[in-house]
Amino acid sequence: MANERGLIVSTSPHIRGPEDIPRVMWTVAGTLVPAGLVGVYVFGYYCLFVILLCVASAVATEALCQRLRGQPITVNDGSAVITGILLAYVLPPSVPWYIPVVGAAFAIAIVKHTFGGLGNNIWNPALAARAFLQVAYPASINSDWRSLKEAGILYNITGVDAVTRATPLFKEAGMETYSYANLLFGNVPGCVGETSVIALLLGGLYLIYRGYVDWRVPVSYIGTVFVLAMVLPAKIEAPWANDPVYHILAGGLMLGAFFMATDMVTSPLTKKGLLIFGIGCGVLTTLIRFYAAYPEGVCYSILLMNTATPLIDRYTQPKLLGAGKAKK
Amino acid sequence: MKELTLQEELTKGFWHQNPLFVAVLGNCPALAVTTTITNGLAMGAAVIMVMMCSNIIISLIRKQVPKEVRIPCYIVVIAAFVTIVELLMKAYLPPEINESLGIFIPLIVVNCIIMYRAEVFASQYSVLRSAIDGIGMGMGFTVALVIISAIREAAGCGTILGIRISETYQPASIMIMAPGAFLVLGLLLAFFNYRKLSRGEKV
Repeated sequence: MANERGLIVSTSPHIRGPEDIPRVMWTVAGTLVPAGLVGVYVFGYYCLFVILLCVASAVATEALCQRLRGQPITVNDGSAVITGILLAYVLPPSVPWYIPVVGAAFAIAIVKHTFGGLGNNIWNPALAARAFLQVAYPASINSDWRSLKEAGILYNITGVDAVTRATPLFKEAGMETYSYANLLFGNVPGCVGETSVIALLLGGLYLIYRGYVDWRVPVSYIGTVFVLAMVLPAKIEAPWANDPVYHILAGGLMLGAFFMATDMVTSPLTKKGLLIFGIGCGVLTTLIRFYAAYPEGVCYSILLMNTATPLIDRYTQPKLLGAGKAKK
Repeated sequence: MKELTLQEELTKGFWHQNPLFVAVLGNCPALAVTTTITNGLAMGAAVIMVMMCSNIIISLIRKQVPKEVRIPCYIVVIAAFVTIVELLMKAYLPPEINESLGIFIPLIVVNCIIMYRAEVFASQYSVLRSAIDGIGMGMGFTVALVIISAIREAAGCGTILGIRISETYQPASIMIMAPGAFLVLGLLLAFFNYRKLSRGEKV
């Protein structure tokens, strides 16, 4: 099988080195597992169904698109699997079954394959699909959340009626806040795979150690949010408004900073560009959290910076040796 | 060019030379008013009416109009018929349709499909052929509008002609907003080009 895969000539601008796409992709997929396990443990077994449904739909759509486009079918390389996992991790734990299916199909068919397939997409497919679903099914994504207290690994949360808020970052006054310990472990409301900081850090640090992820993006992203959360005047009435530790532990920041902003296809190529990218994501995330209508800004900030990636690449392109302006 | 029979003049606009899917003209109304099938049908009917009448008049005056001022002349003719159609629609159609079509009925004056047919067809062919061409192209445009609006209404409102498809279906409201229009039109264009490519034709 390995030899057979080696013969497939597909566009792969994002790996330069001895590693090949399947190995990188499956490693990334593996590092995402702990966060999913915590999600299933905290929100119940229905989450496992959501994750599997996302992955299955993403892989099926990928195979269908490649078949229609007359390309070799490369679903074994794991990139569609990662898109599916990431999409499931940014969905509410109790979404109706068709939302993961529609979202995964949109992510692969529209965001990835209409732009040319693996390596050519402008936006992170999972995040673009999440943004699409947020506009398409606002009721299910924004408000239809189940109470955490009624959930648990053995509960089927779709049957529970209690409704809670979407994220510990909810802006309205009088909402419960969560201890750092709970935020670290993941025992807080949120999307399927974004709650557990420890599990995400484990996976993210391993990716940095292996060199699949450049440290500059997560460090500059989280650092920018930390600093801005401390210094910006918050317009929100919550006890944690200017608590930088709460800001980096709560919400989707860890998942976004380690697994989504670092997407090799949609982030800049140069080291300086990666720093600019991370800082831009951090600024936008904090601005959205403080001054916009949505409680969480990670998704849109990364999508906006994805849009700016070609521009960043263009301005941070290193000068060729000897090709600069001649000195007079 | 081979002379087409009258029947071919009528049907060429449906698929083979469809003004929206093949020539990609008239995108503005195609994107803006196709939120429900009723709107699409009303828009299509207005375009058929205007295009048929203006093609007849332009074909009648094609030998008198000097070449240098032909475009202003066409616009005056088209604008006259658009005004007639607009007043007729205000008089006889339910107010909801007029409200949702709004500015897009007066904007038929600058609809590029009508200008295109006036310029390439009505100014060169006989009155009968021009009238048939206007009807055929207008019907092709209507077919395209109905296809787009049926997809958008079904996906975005969960209804077909105002009747609910299913009680359990949760409509994806993005489909009746602007991004949904671009998505549907883009995918349909891709579908038609894909079919052409797979038959070995040039896109």
